[in-house]
Amino acid sequence: MTTTLTNLTLKIWRQDGPGDAGRFETYQIPEISDEASFLEMLDVLNERLIGEGTEPVTFDHDCREGICGTCSLMIDGQAHGPQRGTATCQLHMRKFQSGDTIVIEPWRASAFPIIKDLMVDRSAFDRIVEAGGYISADTGGAPDANLIPIPKPVADAAMDAAACIGCGACVAACPNGAANLFTAAKVTHLNLLPQGQAERFKRVEAMVETMDEYFGSCTNHGECEAACPKEISIDVIALMNADYRKAKFKNRKALSRI
Amino acid sequence: MTVTLDAKIPAGPLADKWDNFKADEKLVNPANKRKFKILIVGTGLAGASAAATLAELGYQVEAFTFHDSPRRAHSIAAQGGINAAKNYKGDGDSIHRLFYDTIKGGDFRAREANVHRLAQVSVDIIDQMVAQGVPFAREYGGLLDNRSFGGAQVSRTFYARGQTGQQLLLGAYQQMARQVGLGNVKLWNRTELVDIVVVDGRCAGIVTRDLLTGEVRSHSGHAVVLCTGGYGNAFFLSTNAMACNTSAIWRAHRRGAYFANPCYTQIHPTCIPQSDEFQSKLTLMSESLRNDGRVWVPKNADDHRPPHQIPEDERDYYLERLYPSFGNLAPRDISSRAAKRAVDSGRGVGPLKNGVYLDFSDAIGRLGKAVVEERYGNLFEMYERITGENPYDVPMRIYPASHYTMGGLWVDYELMTTIPGLYAAGEANFSDHGANRLGASALMQGLSDGYFVLPYTISNYLAPWLNKPIPDTSHPEFAKVEAEARDRFRQYLSVGGTRSPDWFHRELGKIIWDYCGMERSREGLEKALGEIPALYAEFQKDLRVTGDAESVNQTLEKAGRVDDFFQLGMVMCQDALVREESCGGHFRVEHQTEEGEALRNDDEFAHVTAWEWSGDPTRPIEHREQLEYEVVKFQTRSYK
Repeated sequence: MTTTLTNLTLKIWRQDGPGDAGRFETYQIPEISDEASFLEMLDVLNERLIGEGTEPVTFDHDCREGICGTCSLMIDGQAHGPQRGTATCQLHMRKFQSGDTIVIEPWRASAFPIIKDLMVDRSAFDRIVEAGGYISADTGGAPDANLIPIPKPVADAAMDAAACIGCGACVAACPNGAANLFTAAKVTHLNLLPQGQAERFKRVEAMVETMDEYFGSCTNHGECEAACPKEISIDVIALMNADYRKAKFKNRKALSRI
Repeated sequence: MTVTLDAKIPAGPLADKWDNFKADEKLVNPANKRKFKILIVGTGLAGASAAATLAELGYQVEAFTFHDSPRRAHSIAAQGGINAAKNYKGDGDSIHRLFYDTIKGGDFRAREANVHRLAQVSVDIIDQMVAQGVPFAREYGGLLDNRSFGGAQVSRTFYARGQTGQQLLLGAYQQMARQVGLGNVKLWNRTELVDIVVVDGRCAGIVTRDLLTGEVRSHSGHAVVLCTGGYGNAFFLSTNAMACNTSAIWRAHRRGAYFANPCYTQIHPTCIPQSDEFQSKLTLMSESLRNDGRVWVPKNADDHRPPHQIPEDERDYYLERLYPSFGNLAPRDISSRAAKRAVDSGRGVGPLKNGVYLDFSDAIGRLGKAVVEERYGNLFEMYERITGENPYDVPMRIYPASHYTMGGLWVDYELMTTIPGLYAAGEANFSDHGANRLGASALMQGLSDGYFVLPYTISNYLAPWLNKPIPDTSHPEFAKVEAEARDRFRQYLSVGGTRSPDWFHRELGKIIWDYCGMERSREGLEKALGEIPALYAEFQKDLRVTGDAESVNQTLEKAGRVDDFFQLGMVMCQDALVREESCGGHFRVEHQTEEGEALRNDDEFAHVTAWEWSGDPTRPIEHREQLEYEVVKFQTRSYK
């Protein structure tokens, strides 16, 4: 049943723009229902700030169902906060206690520059997908869908990887600011499927090398898997690395003639 | 009052109309396609699929999204699935049956020719998405799996766990990303449409606002396609994402595009009930849950026992009782009203008595927990995260919420609005679902429009413009529209009142929900038409927007969207008022059978109402398109 949390203290990163040095500011939340979501608590704060004539806290959010990947936030130093397998928008105040001090920061990664307050620029992810995160199949002319049987375990494994929401928690949690979990999830989704075989090695090479232009390198800390709201396994990185190695060693021109 | 709108439906028998159109349409040859620029606003299923396909064909395409990435569009949140008349189950499905189910589900208020085309191309969508690598659910033999959905007696729904919208959107997004990478699509992210530019009676382009810098900018093109979704957030509380809004289609409406059937809104029966006053949105639980969950309330309004202590004979499985042949899979509008009646009768469950149970204990007993987890695991987890209750042990609590809007910009058979050169696709148009949409048909329509309809119909408009000059952004009309947009945003900042845009949105949503929600009456609608303009006047006097117009300002963005919801809300209520019948999602209490079911009036209302902007939202001008049924015969919808 509903209870009310009292006397919460929020320490929130405020930064007026990309060039601003930024600082923490402290806000009090005298009371909030434990049924409220974390973002609804920020809505309440913002409504109050607007009423006081001060600028509300800027943060990205949209579906509030944990699927669009727009929301972010480092909460007490953890990407998406304390609840495992949960995006910030689905975190509820029942995970906190009266009197708590909660530190809220934007994603911390040089590849995700801060735009304002808690809002960052994640467009480097789009560049990785544009480099090869697709199957080249123009509209029209596709064969009947059941002509390509896919064993259920393969389809399930591809789906596990495809569940990535592109939020960037993996990068924010990584001490190196690496995007290997994000990139590998897409590589794995497409490279496991029969439809993805034609471009398998070209894809992994292009995506990995675009990723390297923006992000740090993976040293297998595993923080990404722990932070991922979709609990995508770090195993996908092993598959990506194996495919990348093959792509580099094989003569791809010869391979394409087989 | 009445101008009869011409939908430009091709000649010939229903099943041949689309082929006849394709045989007769004007084409643009491959080498000439690059001479045409098409602006696509919105990157959900309709927008991304249209952008990708048009770019593949060779057109110059620019795509606009207000999100940070096109992959965030709200199509991503669709859970249950996508319909297609593949008949892979051999259970009697066919193009005609999908067509018929959609017309019947829409309560005989959709255009026959559009719906038949939708059913025809539905099979191509599945082929296309599989070729792109969408990981649809499979059976052990490797073939595609299907499930059944509300309003149908066949299994024709393809799905990817409870994340079908996500997987389809990512498929379309990836296909568009490929064209971005190849330089064939120019992508504008964090860029919002603020107006449409019309020159000499045709759409010449758009004006946008950069959400990071506030820059207001013009873009010209040969054609503009709005794929900007629905207006369900008019209710404030809905299952739509927070940023979903009506502004793009509303601004187009103000420039001359007629707005059709705004009162046709869908209230989805299975959402998590509101828990608190400051709730920001409601969360949908996929309708697919009704395949195995049983809906019930206690028979006795004073029954305060926990659900498992209420014996079978003291429970009312009201959908199974009222609609024995469809049972828990009755269509959305019917299930929603039945839930409202159960709660209104005092038999609601939960702490606020504002829900009904959706119970899986029988399914778990019959199939085992593992099978139920396989089918619905992620939905159960989501429910638990939000409510703190475990649905394997305790029945879910659900209640209807605004979910989808069947109304939208009026379009002809070619998806063109009443402004030549301006198209609307996906939820932004009104065309295929009549007065009620069946489950798993929104994804089908978005992809149908973007992949298989627009790429054909747009050349019919473009071909005569080959090598003819079009107005570019130096045309004075662009400067004028830009200046109006700048003034409007400056105006929001200068009001200097005391209330946030969200406050007004919440109050507006309450009025629309109370009087133009699940049940409407003349008295209530007239009341709303008094209250909305009064609140709107207050909005114009007492709005407070902090910050400036030259940097990120989410409060300012919201102010513009709420402004447009106010104007739309007035037209919604007027549309509901003039439609003196009940049909689909539009239920007028004055027009019901003795058993409380919707009572249509086919003699007087088998038409589309399309509203023209008059300059005053309280006085829109009514137009009509008569719906001609050549194949289907009107009948009273029965799911008993």
